[in-house]
Amino acid sequence: MSKIVNRVCAGLFLDSVILMQISRSITRLDGVEDAALMIGTPSNLDLLDNAKLLARASRKATGGDLILAVRARDETAAASALAKAEILLERPTVGHTGTTTLRPRTLRSAQDILPAANLALISVPGDFAAAEARKALRAGLNVMLFSDNVSLSEEVSLKREAVAAGLLVMGPDCGTAIIGGVPLAFANQIPQGAIGIIGASGTGIQEVSSLIAQAGYGVSHALGVGGRDLSDPVGGISTLAALAMLEADSATRHIVLISKPPSQSVAKRVIDTLAHSEKPCTVCFLGADAPSLPDNVSFARTLKAAAELATGRSSKNKRPEFKSVIPPVPPGRQRIHGLFCGGTLSSEAQVVFLDQGVSVASNAPIPGAEAVGSGTSHVLIDLGSDEYTRGRPHPMIDPTVRDEELTKALADPTIAVILLDVVIGFGAHPDPAGTIVQVVAAAGTERPIVVASVTGTDDDPQDRRTQVAKLVDGGIVVAPTNADAAKLALSCLVRDD
Amino acid sequence: MNKASDQQKSGAQIKEKTVQQSLLNGPPQVINLGLASFADELTKQGTVVVHVDWSPPARGDVELANLLSKLNE
Repeated sequence: MSKIVNRVCAGLFLDSVILMQISRSITRLDGVEDAALMIGTPSNLDLLDNAKLLARASRKATGGDLILAVRARDETAAASALAKAEILLERPTVGHTGTTTLRPRTLRSAQDILPAANLALISVPGDFAAAEARKALRAGLNVMLFSDNVSLSEEVSLKREAVAAGLLVMGPDCGTAIIGGVPLAFANQIPQGAIGIIGASGTGIQEVSSLIAQAGYGVSHALGVGGRDLSDPVGGISTLAALAMLEADSATRHIVLISKPPSQSVAKRVIDTLAHSEKPCTVCFLGADAPSLPDNVSFARTLKAAAELATGRSSKNKRPEFKSVIPPVPPGRQRIHGLFCGGTLSSEAQVVFLDQGVSVASNAPIPGAEAVGSGTSHVLIDLGSDEYTRGRPHPMIDPTVRDEELTKALADPTIAVILLDVVIGFGAHPDPAGTIVQVVAAAGTERPIVVASVTGTDDDPQDRRTQVAKLVDGGIVVAPTNADAAKLALSCLVRDD
Repeated sequence: MNKASDQQKSGAQIKEKTVQQSLLNGPPQVINLGLASFADELTKQGTVVVHVDWSPPARGDVELANLLSKLNE
């Protein structure tokens, strides 16, 4: 019978990336079934409990304690894993925070060192994120709130407080922003230019800004607002604030707004505001029908279309001849299975399917798509959703979750085409294409066709050209954009050659 | 009122909103709380950043931390 062993270390804190790295090392040890290192906040205690990793005595832990939790086949294996975890915890985490010789422990003391600071980038555990954001706003700082698990009521409260103070809250769960040419968190290296982006979606901003860069144009600023900003309860507070900022910004000459379908009343408010803009605007509400729009606003069905409208350049004529590179679909295989790291890229692929009259299911369905389990044969999965990432790293950082799902899909004899996104840039895995190629190679030759696209630029740390070349060398068909990849996957099934 | 002058007036109305413009006036100057890797990436790009050696406030008591943040002015 499995043995659960915990150790509670009072007053010890390390950031979640380091803790997840140690968790992975421990999980790989012989005899270990599962392991996690987490601070003892109420939400983390629930996670550990659900994962069958929490010992009864640890339920008294608090957010000030670090819990080392191991479930192993026997006590010896568990004890050995805990000992290894303690050694890894003692290893200095050098390389980090070489930003200054001074190591302030509070936001206030950081402000004493950098009085000109104008932005707090907050990625602390979600239970504490609202409190830190509030402190930042009261210290006169704009906030980029990367942390998730911030309640809706806290989000509304923070955003109202920000607007009253003339500040902006980007987030919560805001993964991407570019300000004055500086990529923040998960963003790409994009040239500075005249297109301003507001996005309630991280990978949506990444795809549009990367396509703008690939077309030879640049971005003035890209402001994330958080996935719930255009919902009724939040009312588009940060979107409207960001619109005002870009309207007043002389470098911005075209505004692009990206979101999943907003609430009708908020959409009306946003569109009414855009109607008052002196700048041309593009709106992409992925999965929504085109609303009635003023003359200065265009509607884009896809992220690709949004980038084309913003740059005024269509990539239609540059599309390569796909048929020449697509292998034939193995007999008996009929399904398309998408495995996406980017939720918005999954939404965009669903739009492409529905626009071609093809039914599609997803764990994050857009309007018109079905839920997984509905019997629809084509399935597009968002691997960044909570069910895949609770207590685990996001697949953009650590591809383990996708590797597992990809291995299963490669072995499924009903799947004709596997559709993938490859998202690169700052914060992302150093070589996602290399990992995919390894997994695909292990599947042998009797496998589905694999179609992918790479979101990013040649100036990103991973270099888009290198990533594309690796995929092509590994027998993967690469499309120029995420929308093209979805279209290409469909075309594999209807070819008559 | 014709559409052009209407739009002109409305554009001015947007600009009058009270949002602070300094965030977009140049590269941001950042205080980073949480993942140290974000500060490392910004430093590599030459962005001015101070990383806070953060740990849970109020001895990890979430409710107390929230309450304290509301009291802090």
